Amino acid sequence: MAPIVSVSNLSKTYASGFQALKGVSLDIEEGEILALLGPNGAGKTTLISIICGIVNASGGTVTVGGHDVVSEFRKTRAMIGLVPQELTTDAFETVWNTVSFSRGLHGKKPNPAHIEKVLKDLSLWDKKDNMLRELSGGMKRRVLIAKALSHEPRVLFLDEPTAGVDVNLRKSMWDVVERLRASGVTIILTTHYIEEAEEIADRIGVINGGKILLVEDKVALMSKLGRKQLRVDLANPLDDVPETLSSYNLTLEGDGQCLIYDYDTSAERTGITALLAALAEAGIRLKDISTRQSSLEDIFVEIVRAGR
Amino acid sequence: MNIEAIKSIYFFEMARTRRTLLQSVVSPVISTSLYFIVFGAAIGGRIQQIDGVSYGAFITPGLMMLTLLTQCIGNGSFGIYFPKFTGTIYEVLSSPVSMAEIVLGYVGAAATKGIMIGTIILLTASLFVDLTIAHPFVMIFFFVLTAISFSLFGFIIGIWAKDFEQLNLIPMLVIPPLVFLGGSFYSVKMLPPFWQAVSHFNPVLYLISGFRWSFFEVSDVNPIFSAAIILVFLTACMSILAWIFRTGYRLRN
Repeated sequence: MAPIVSVSNLSKTYASGFQALKGVSLDIEEGEILALLGPNGAGKTTLISIICGIVNASGGTVTVGGHDVVSEFRKTRAMIGLVPQELTTDAFETVWNTVSFSRGLHGKKPNPAHIEKVLKDLSLWDKKDNMLRELSGGMKRRVLIAKALSHEPRVLFLDEPTAGVDVNLRKSMWDVVERLRASGVTIILTTHYIEEAEEIADRIGVINGGKILLVEDKVALMSKLGRKQLRVDLANPLDDVPETLSSYNLTLEGDGQCLIYDYDTSAERTGITALLAALAEAGIRLKDISTRQSSLEDIFVEIVRAGR
Repeated sequence: MNIEAIKSIYFFEMARTRRTLLQSVVSPVISTSLYFIVFGAAIGGRIQQIDGVSYGAFITPGLMMLTLLTQCIGNGSFGIYFPKFTGTIYEVLSSPVSMAEIVLGYVGAAATKGIMIGTIILLTASLFVDLTIAHPFVMIFFFVLTAISFSLFGFIIGIWAKDFEQLNLIPMLVIPPLVFLGGSFYSVKMLPPFWQAVSHFNPVLYLISGFRWSFFEVSDVNPIFSAAIILVFLTACMSILAWIFRTGYRLRN
């Protein structure tokens, strides 16, 4: 199946000379949730802005649903909903008016029933007649999502939607995202919260310094780059790793108080049983054993560091 | 053509006018009434007719132009500057609307508001002085084209302005002198020859003169020149806008 969003060799240099994107290529499949991770200034927002038509590209092409975002902007932009990073709202408008305005802007005839459903889904229904300036930050964020959903988009961009949002609201937002995905909407989100990406995304893209460092299926990424570590706390400290254990590639930490063993969960044999037997044979007494799996955060930090 | 979008922008802008009804409608009515009291009743009573027109009536077209110009520039510039300032412009830019449709929405609303207020001033004036409009269609031609051109001009200022000071610079500092020195309250024929010549470099003189001709058939310059000037100004604004849209100047860069 052709990708719903296809970015090819995209570059952007701002008037100030800052090169925000350096030849980015990326395909996004219909119906998936793609999380774009990257430090501040990596180019995430610029990439989204070009796809949505807010910023002109310096080079390269983008298609959405097979249509070019420049020459066929009416078709592409009608398909896209955008939730920006900044909480930008018309302070003096009511929730209902601003959401209806968004629908009209996207060329759709008024449909109060749909607006009502969107507002109810986002728990905004009882605020529909309130002015935006009367709302809390979290509510404004939901209004921005409602605006983006007002015209029934097929592709939804969420630019750091949970920045500054409390835990409850964050959870309810991800419920909305799940429901959208179930209805077939493609979702691209950027986030600083890596555990969020880990929990919700199908694929992870890492961007830094204007370049895509990798795009990979989340599960594959975790198993490829994710390591597991066995930590053995010792009853008596060691000076060195004993000769008999040299084949296990152990490292000694904490003033000889603990042994660290890295292993690969996807390998046929992890070597744990053999290691523990060898430890017993060497007469080493154990105090405690624990394992730790590297999180997406560790992977992310590693990729960004390696990409520099 | 994304008619829904044009309608959305237009009515969104008009809703802003409704919210600020006092400021947008009542204040021009009050200030016009003050002009009529000061210039029409107090001073105007001591002034003979100008070109056979009573002074109160004579200043009416100029007063309408003064308000029309400041209102249209103000509305046109604020309408596009405010979303730029708050950041809500992202939505318009990421919508399936062409720049021409954006202009139709914003400038249409700004011009409509200008025309509404100009009409209110005309009605207010008719309470103070006897007014006849000799050439209603010519009057509407000048009235509407001036509203559209200066709303477009305001829109350009709104895109160009980087802060509120720049936004107010032209409407506050440039337009009032041009209007006052453009013969709003006098005929330039009353000026010494040197200043008469200088006045002819003021484009607003042509607007006021042509507009006044449509009321009283008296003018400082040939009304054909006036019509030409407004058409040139309209074309110039549209050309600048076309360039802005092509390059994404201060919007998509």
